[in-house]
Amino acid sequence: MSAAISTTADRSAWGTLRRGVRLTPEFLIGARVTLGLALVATVGRVITPIAVQQATDRGLQGSGGVDANVVAVVALVALGAVLVTALAAYATNVRLFRAAETGLSALRVRAFRHVHDLSVLTQSAERRGSLVARVTTDVDTISQFMQWAGMLAVVSAGQLVVATALLAWYSWQLALTVWVVFLPLFLTLRTLQRRVSGAYAGVRERLGELLGAVSESVVGATTVRAYAVEGRTQQRIDIAIDRHRRQATRAQALVAGSFSVGGLAAGIANAAVVVVGVRLGVAGQLSIGQLLAVLFLVPLFVQPVQVGTEVLNELQNAAAGWRRVLGVLDTEPDVADPGPAGTALPRGPIDVRFAGVSYGYPGGPRVLADVDVTIAPRSRVAVVGETGSGKTTFVKLLTRLMDPATGQVLVDGVDLREVRFASLRERVVMVPQDGYLFDDTLAENVRYGRPDATDAQLRLAFTELGLADWIDRLPAGLHSPVGQRGESLSAGERQLAALARAYLADPDLLVLDEATSAVDPATEVRIARALEGLTRGRTSVTVAHRLSTAEAADEVLVFDRGRLVERGRHADLVARDGVYARLHASWSRQRGQA
Amino acid sequence: MTGAGPDDPEVAAALRSVPPSHAAGVLRRGLAVLGLGIREEPGIFAVATVGSAVFGAATVAEAWAVGQITQRVVVPAFQTGHVTTGTLAAAAAVLLGIGVVKALGVVARRLGAGVMQYRLNARYRRRVTRQYLRLPLSWHHAHPTGRLLSNANADVEAMWFPVAPLPMAVGTLVMLLVAAVAMLAADVVLAIVGFVVFPALFAVNVWYQRRLSPLATAQQQLRAEVSGAAHESFEGALVVKTLGREAAETTRFRGVSDQLRDVGVRVGRVRGLFDPMLEALPTVGVLAVLVIGAYQVQAGLTDVGAVVQVSYLFTILAFPVRSIGWVLGELPRSVVGWERVAAVLEATGGLAYGAAAPASTMPARLETSGVGYAYAAGRPVLHGVDLVVEPGRTVALVGPTGSGKSTLVSLLVRLVDPAEGAVRLDGTDLRELSPGAVAGSVALVAQSTFLFDDTVRGNVTLGAALPDAEVWAALRLARAEGFVAALPHGLDTRIGERGTSLSGGQRQRLALARALVRRPRLLVLDDATSAVDPSVETAILGGLQEAELPATVVVVAYRRSAISLADEVVVVDGGRVVDRGSHEELLARSAAYRDIVTAYEREAAERAALAADESGEPR
Repeated sequence: MSAAISTTADRSAWGTLRRGVRLTPEFLIGARVTLGLALVATVGRVITPIAVQQATDRGLQGSGGVDANVVAVVALVALGAVLVTALAAYATNVRLFRAAETGLSALRVRAFRHVHDLSVLTQSAERRGSLVARVTTDVDTISQFMQWAGMLAVVSAGQLVVATALLAWYSWQLALTVWVVFLPLFLTLRTLQRRVSGAYAGVRERLGELLGAVSESVVGATTVRAYAVEGRTQQRIDIAIDRHRRQATRAQALVAGSFSVGGLAAGIANAAVVVVGVRLGVAGQLSIGQLLAVLFLVPLFVQPVQVGTEVLNELQNAAAGWRRVLGVLDTEPDVADPGPAGTALPRGPIDVRFAGVSYGYPGGPRVLADVDVTIAPRSRVAVVGETGSGKTTFVKLLTRLMDPATGQVLVDGVDLREVRFASLRERVVMVPQDGYLFDDTLAENVRYGRPDATDAQLRLAFTELGLADWIDRLPAGLHSPVGQRGESLSAGERQLAALARAYLADPDLLVLDEATSAVDPATEVRIARALEGLTRGRTSVTVAHRLSTAEAADEVLVFDRGRLVERGRHADLVARDGVYARLHASWSRQRGQA
Repeated sequence: MTGAGPDDPEVAAALRSVPPSHAAGVLRRGLAVLGLGIREEPGIFAVATVGSAVFGAATVAEAWAVGQITQRVVVPAFQTGHVTTGTLAAAAAVLLGIGVVKALGVVARRLGAGVMQYRLNARYRRRVTRQYLRLPLSWHHAHPTGRLLSNANADVEAMWFPVAPLPMAVGTLVMLLVAAVAMLAADVVLAIVGFVVFPALFAVNVWYQRRLSPLATAQQQLRAEVSGAAHESFEGALVVKTLGREAAETTRFRGVSDQLRDVGVRVGRVRGLFDPMLEALPTVGVLAVLVIGAYQVQAGLTDVGAVVQVSYLFTILAFPVRSIGWVLGELPRSVVGWERVAAVLEATGGLAYGAAAPASTMPARLETSGVGYAYAAGRPVLHGVDLVVEPGRTVALVGPTGSGKSTLVSLLVRLVDPAEGAVRLDGTDLRELSPGAVAGSVALVAQSTFLFDDTVRGNVTLGAALPDAEVWAALRLARAEGFVAALPHGLDTRIGERGTSLSGGQRQRLALARALVRRPRLLVLDDATSAVDPSVETAILGGLQEAELPATVVVVAYRRSAISLADEVVVVDGGRVVDRGSHEELLARSAAYRDIVTAYEREAAERAALAADESGEPR
């Protein structure tokens, strides 16, 4: 199985739409009634032709000359019909919007949740912006179709049926005439739309390139400035802007062409109706009113042709949006929560066992092979090794961010895959390298570890970690805002917040990926102090980038090229003259102690 | 570089043409934005509008023709029971010809409007991005990335969105005028009915805009919030996952998403009422024309043709009248887009350049005298920094976080200019050097690495014509040769946003190679190897020393390995140079310095002590 988000491009537009709506039944709330109302509203479109015909034949050209009173009666009846159909249209629209917006919101939320349920591997295989698009703009492309285009398609089809029926009732010859003119158009609609949607796909692609180019001038501002490559960057942007503009123009030309055909057809149809109609009239088979009604009905054919490509286009857009959203929903999380059927672990000291564990990224070589290791409760373990040695993979398996390809990871004797997420995440907490903070106050970020914690408890946590002095020095203490991604704090301070968050979560097994980024000495000391408080009395596994962490550990696990090659206490390992001794020597040199 | 920003006369004129929000309402300002668009693209606007007017006139002509044909061909034919082929053919030819003219008009209108819209989009995107490249970094730091990206994309698009229906709306106005004349010509009384109905249509439009525009603004705002919430949550996905907060995050997201839904439903209510009203009004008009027309015909005051013609006009005008509504409806969004775009275009403060050329090809001499800098007024981060780095020397800047090191670095490479004092390269003030001269002599490797969406080669050379051998040499020196050689296409492998992803350490090494390949006379490393494995870092820094670059080096460092390579160490604290000397001298005499560089040792000692404390406690 690949880690990527699945693609469902093979499904047809209708197929995609049907499946999408099935997955989001909110879209169909009250759909039958809405459809009924929409059909009533459609009838409104033929009121004018009928009224004109009735008024002309019975009133204006009646057998007894002009009778205005008949016309007035016809008009009154028609007015009533207009009011009824207008009300029906209003009700249709409101219901449509309500159903569409409800469905869209449900879909957004569902996709959002699913993104979080995907494994780390899948999440990181996709660009962040692309994931966001899947729950926002991709959902929005569906909204156009759901709000009006879908119903417009139904209404247009209804309009064609009603108009044709009426036409045939007046004169089957004229109905045939009109259809002979319009049929070729309806038949070419699909082909035309395919070209139009191909052109718009090109526009979207160019827009992606455009955004990429623009982002270089924003995200890479420092680099651009430092290397004085403004000219080159602007050139790249200008090219992207121009390519986007040209493609958009090309698409617009296609749309303009297809739209104009509808108007042209109306001209042809009018001419044909007059010729055929007059001949029929001369032969006594048609009244003037009927001929006029037919002329009033012709525009009803134009609109479906003109909106036809647009509706089909929206259909394609919506299908494209659906495909991308369904791509998320259809991606099975490769690390799945066993849910209520799973085991809940009781709280208390935790022990871990890796039994013959191997792992390789999808389509890649083994990065971890045959790891057998037991970690005793409350022991403090450091994991060391060079980049690519498998140490990070080891902790990802330990926290079940990934599942082993073979073998088992057992916590308190239970296979991790059988442990309920709710229970697992409560007992096993990982502090990643970069302690991500949300754009909120420090208190809210730390409370993320335990949502029901009071301010007093937060303060206590900081005090217990020896960080009270740090909090006191912040401008608004606990309630200092941390800024976007926590950027108002330094990297080291973000780590402190992440440690406090983990402390508050109070796990039994703590997994730390030590940050490598440089931190000023005062913060460095604080971090060390906080780590000490955090790991005390718990089982802890730390990916160590610092020598001191390994020195202080109860046990050091040394990884090299995907294998656990050494284990033991620091002093013993140094004496052994193996991989660890070599790493240690290099560290010491770097520390200036060689 | 071509002009941008308020200095560019065209941009300045554009900025002047739209009144500020306190001086005019949304409608006036929106129309001013449209006026600006018309002034900037007059030719294509004329083509589109003429196309639209032709279409409009042809539409009216169609009604007139239907009326005339009814009166002159249909009614006599039906009454007399015969018709000549010539008359019929003429009638057909007129209708057909009108159809062709209408089709041509539509093409001119639609294509013209599109071309106009896309040209304006492209022009303002160019202007906005020119500003991005021109404005100082302090401006960049004050504006979130997402905001700047949407300025160049969504905001420009929103600004010119009403341009698409604009020619049709203008054409419709023409059509209404022609229709009014046609109706008056057909029958005065019937025309009066029209004069009631069309203003009513317009009133409905205005009502609609008034109701919709605040909702549309709210919708736009909420869309951004939904997107922001998703973005932040996904960025913190690992934290969410490792703390098991998926459900809580979903609840939070549902909150904003449902707000967006509620506004959408309210939009639906307004639009839901608007559409049927727009459809019903012309129908009511037609019915009124029929009734009044019937009494007129009965009284012998008019003929059937006039009645037919006027009622047909109502039918065909009902739809295009909406285009006026489309334009008005998009105006509020357009104004919001304009405001956000104008905020970028108005920003001033680009760097000014002199004409001096850099002096020598030898290692540079760097000097700062009395340099001060503040990000916010009254809160200086550097004061009176005097620093001299002799050619070929390596100086380490050491100091706690927030001491001003990175700010000093950004002054040395002229990312920003000092508020007071001067930075000199070989005796020349950086501000007097010609554009590109600083970058030609000085290379910075910043704390965070930025890679372009380009190949490895492109990321190292940044477009400079350099032979591969030199690129490889720089990669070797940056210890990046190994992993680059292992990439699927070597130097031609695409990296960055849409390419192969690299680790933080690999990215830093590429950034280093990017600096080295230019053979800078002054190399500034701002903690540039922080994500590199310690053993690799030692190798890199050792390699730089062994290579004996013809460069002066300034390095911001924490790790002792990096510091120990420097000829001299400058200690920065609280925005001042507090001490300087060799590593050994400083260790011996400066407590602050000892504090910093012995952090690792103290940390280790502290841990050992804590471990000893704890060993007595039960586990």
